[in-house]
Amino acid sequence: MSKGIRTRKGATIALNGEAEKIIKEYESSPSFALQPDDFFALTPKLLVKEGATVKKGEAVFFDKNNPAIQFVAPVSGQLTQIQRGAKRKIEALIFSPKGGDVVQHKTSNWEKIERQEAIELLLNSGHWPFISQRPYGTIADPSASPKALFISTYASAPLDVDFDFLLKNNKEHFQTGIHFLRKLVPDIFLSVDASFSGFFENIEGAKIVPVKGPHPAGNLSVQIHHLAPLNMGEVAWTIRPEDVVNIGLFLEKGVYSSQRTVAVAGSAVGAPQYFKTTIGAQLGGILDLAEVQKDQYNRIINGDVLTGKATHENAHLGYFNNLVSVIPEGNQYRMFGWLPFVDNHIPSLSKTSLSWLFGRKKFDVDTNLNGEERALVVTGEMEDVFPMQIFPMQLIKACMIGDIEKMEALGIYEVVPEDFGLVDYANTSKIEAQEIIRNALALMIKEVG
Amino acid sequence: MNFLRKQLDNLKRPFAKGEKWERFAPAINAFDTFLFVPNHTTAKGAHIRDAVDLKRTMVTVIIALLPALFYGIYNTGYQHFIQVGEPFTFLEAFLHGAFKIVPMIIVSYVVGLTIEFAFAVYRGHEVNEGYLVTGMLIPMIMPVDIPLWMVAISVAFAVLIAKEAFGGTGMNILNPALTARAFAFFAYPTYMSGNKVWVSEATNVDAISGETILGTLAAGQQVNYSMFEMFQGAIPGSIAETSTLWILVGALILIATGVGSWRIMVGGVIGAAVMGFLFNLWGANALMSFNWMNHLVVGGFAFGIVFMATDPVSAAQTTQGKWIYGILVGVFCILIRVFNPAYPEGVMLAILLMNVFAPTIDHYVIQSNINKRKKRWAATQLKTA
Repeated sequence: MSKGIRTRKGATIALNGEAEKIIKEYESSPSFALQPDDFFALTPKLLVKEGATVKKGEAVFFDKNNPAIQFVAPVSGQLTQIQRGAKRKIEALIFSPKGGDVVQHKTSNWEKIERQEAIELLLNSGHWPFISQRPYGTIADPSASPKALFISTYASAPLDVDFDFLLKNNKEHFQTGIHFLRKLVPDIFLSVDASFSGFFENIEGAKIVPVKGPHPAGNLSVQIHHLAPLNMGEVAWTIRPEDVVNIGLFLEKGVYSSQRTVAVAGSAVGAPQYFKTTIGAQLGGILDLAEVQKDQYNRIINGDVLTGKATHENAHLGYFNNLVSVIPEGNQYRMFGWLPFVDNHIPSLSKTSLSWLFGRKKFDVDTNLNGEERALVVTGEMEDVFPMQIFPMQLIKACMIGDIEKMEALGIYEVVPEDFGLVDYANTSKIEAQEIIRNALALMIKEVG
Repeated sequence: MNFLRKQLDNLKRPFAKGEKWERFAPAINAFDTFLFVPNHTTAKGAHIRDAVDLKRTMVTVIIALLPALFYGIYNTGYQHFIQVGEPFTFLEAFLHGAFKIVPMIIVSYVVGLTIEFAFAVYRGHEVNEGYLVTGMLIPMIMPVDIPLWMVAISVAFAVLIAKEAFGGTGMNILNPALTARAFAFFAYPTYMSGNKVWVSEATNVDAISGETILGTLAAGQQVNYSMFEMFQGAIPGSIAETSTLWILVGALILIATGVGSWRIMVGGVIGAAVMGFLFNLWGANALMSFNWMNHLVVGGFAFGIVFMATDPVSAAQTTQGKWIYGILVGVFCILIRVFNPAYPEGVMLAILLMNVFAPTIDHYVIQSNINKRKKRWAATQLKTA
C-alpha cells in the first residue's frame, strides 16, 4: 500500500438527503437511452436506422473520429426513436426493451490473451467507451500507450455514493476486471477512502492509494496530479469502479454488461436509496420509487450537484453517473439577502456568512445563483478549493482568451471540467469556470489534438 | 414583501428584453438587486452556489470601514474645537464632523455612481458593486476642508481614468480611491498639504498648530503627542486615517470574514517595522530616529495597508505574491517618508507604486510554477530519449 494522498484544500459540503444503504432492483424501465453527449467531444455515426430491432450488445453507432470505438445497445429490443437537436445533432437513441437476444462473445480464454487482443475484445464488445483518457477526459484512444490506469473509489462530491457498498455483490467481478485491465496498462492505481477502504483493500493487481481530504480529493485529476502528474504528450487512462465490474461480468458471461447502480439522493427525495438498474434507464420510475416530492419544482441532475447534468424526469440515466441528485429549484427572491451574516441556512465557504457557526450540520440547498455574475474581483478563493499545484484563476483567464500556449504552461493537460465544480460553487463573481474549461478543452482538441 | 416585489416587477416591465427602455436595464437592475437577491437559478456549471456574492463582499468592507469613519467624524469636530479653544460636548464634535463629511460622501457617491451607471448602460453589463467601497474610501482619505467640487473632480478622474479606461471593475491597475487622492494631491497641493488643511475651518484661526505628525517631523520639529494619542487617533490628519485603534477593528473584521488579505496586512507591517527599525539604527535626522513602532501608528500607514493595499484587483493575486507585495508596500512607505520630506506621507505613493508592480510580482510567482511543470516535462523527455 502506498503512503497515499493527503489534501487540505477544498470543501466537503454536507447536504441533506444522503442515500440510505439499501439497494433495490429496478428492471421495469419502459425505455433506455444512449446519449452521445455523455462523452466529451464525441461525434456519433449511426449504424442502424430508426425502428430497427437490435440485440443487446449490438453496435448502434461509432465514433466518427475513431471508427474502431463502437457503442452498443444496452438492451435488446427496438430502436424506437432518434432524438435530434439543433443542426440535426443526435441527442439520444431511445430503445424499448423486448426479448432477450444478445450478442455472444468468446471470453473463456481471457486470462491467456495478449494486450492487443484484449483491446480488440473490449472494442468489439462495446465496453471500450467505459475507459476514458487524460488529457481532455475523452474516450480513450485504443492506439495510445498510457502510463497508467487510475480508478477512484473515493467519491467525495456532495451526496456521492459509497462504492464499497454499491459494489458489495460484485467483489469477484471487480477483481476479474482489474486482472484483465492489467493487460492494457503498465500500472493500475486504485484509490480508496483512507478512513475506510472496504473490500478494495484486498484487490490484487493494483496499487492501493489511500486518499484523505475534502472534496475534490476524490477527483481523478487531483489523484493523478499527486501520484504521477501528466506531462505534455503523456496519456493516462481512467475508468469508473462499476465499469470495472461490468468488464468482469462480461468476461464471466461473454455478454455485454450494462449494469448501473445509482443512488437517488438530495433534499427533494423522500426515500433516498440505491437502485440497481441498467445504463440509460428511464428516470421517472426510479424517481417515483425514491419518492421524489412532486409539489415543487425540482432540479433533477445526472451526477452530483456540482458537476452533474440537469435533466428531467422523462429523460434517462446518463452513461457514467452512479448518482442522481434531486434538489428544489431556487427561483425565489430573497429580500436584502446580500447583507453579510444573513440567510445562514445557505451553506457558504465564505466567512461573510455565519453558516459555519449557526448553520445546521447538513444543509438544504436549492439552485438559486445567490447573486449575479460580476467581474473577477476577489482573489485567493479559487486556490482554496483547488488542491493542485495549478493557478486556477490564471488558467481560467488563459482559457477565456483562448491562449493555447499559456493554457499548456499553466497545466490545462492536468484538468477536466469537473475539477472546477467547487470553483463554480465558491467564487464570488459567479464565473462559470466549468464551462470555460470545457470550451478550452474543446479548443485544445481542435487545435492540438 | 410580496407587495413590494409586485410593484418592482411592474416597474421593470418597460426595461425587459425587446421593450422600450431595454438599454437602461442595468440601471434599474442595480436598484432592484439592492432590495432583493434575484430569482436567477443556475443554468450551467455547478447547480448549487455559495451564498457569497460581490455585493455581500463589498458591504462587508463598508462595515469594516464604519468604525474608522465614525471616529473620523468625531475627530474632525474634536480637532476643530480644541484648536479654536471652545468648550464642546461629544455630540457637538460629532455633529460638526458629520456636517463636513456627510456632504463629501454624498458628492463622492453621486458623481462616481453616475459614471458607473453610465458605463454599465453603455457597455451593457450590470453595475458592479466595487464603487460602493471606493466611493466611501475617497472622502475618508481627504483633508476635511477640501472643497466639494475638488472631491467631485477627483472622483471623476479616478473612475474614468483609473478604472473605466482600463475596462472597468476587475481590470484596473491602480487602486481607484488612491488615484483620486493622488490626483487631488498633485492638482491642488495647497488644499492637500501644509499646516492649515488638516483641522476643520483652520484658515479662520490665526494661531493654529494643525500640522500632522509626519509634517512636523519632516520640518525637523519635535512631536508633542504621546504614542497612545497617536494610536487612539486624536491627532490632525486626513479624515478617517488617524485612529489606528478603530482601523484595527476594521482590519479584524476584514480578516475574520476573509475579505481582506491578512497576508498583505501582516507583510506590510513587517516591511514597515523592519525598515523603521533599520532607520532607527541609522538615526541621522528626526524622521530616521522616529521610533519604528510610532511609524506604524502615525499617518495613513494603517489605513492604507488595511483598506487600500488589500484591494484584491490592484494587489498581487497569488498567495506568495501577496506576501512580497505587502512587505514591499511597508518598506517603500517608510522609505518615502524618511527620504522625501516633500511627501511627508509615503503610504499613498508606496501602494500606487506597488500596484504597478503587482502584475510583475505575480508574473514571477506564476512563472516559477510554469518552470516546474516544464522541468518535469523535460525530465520525462530525458528518460524516454
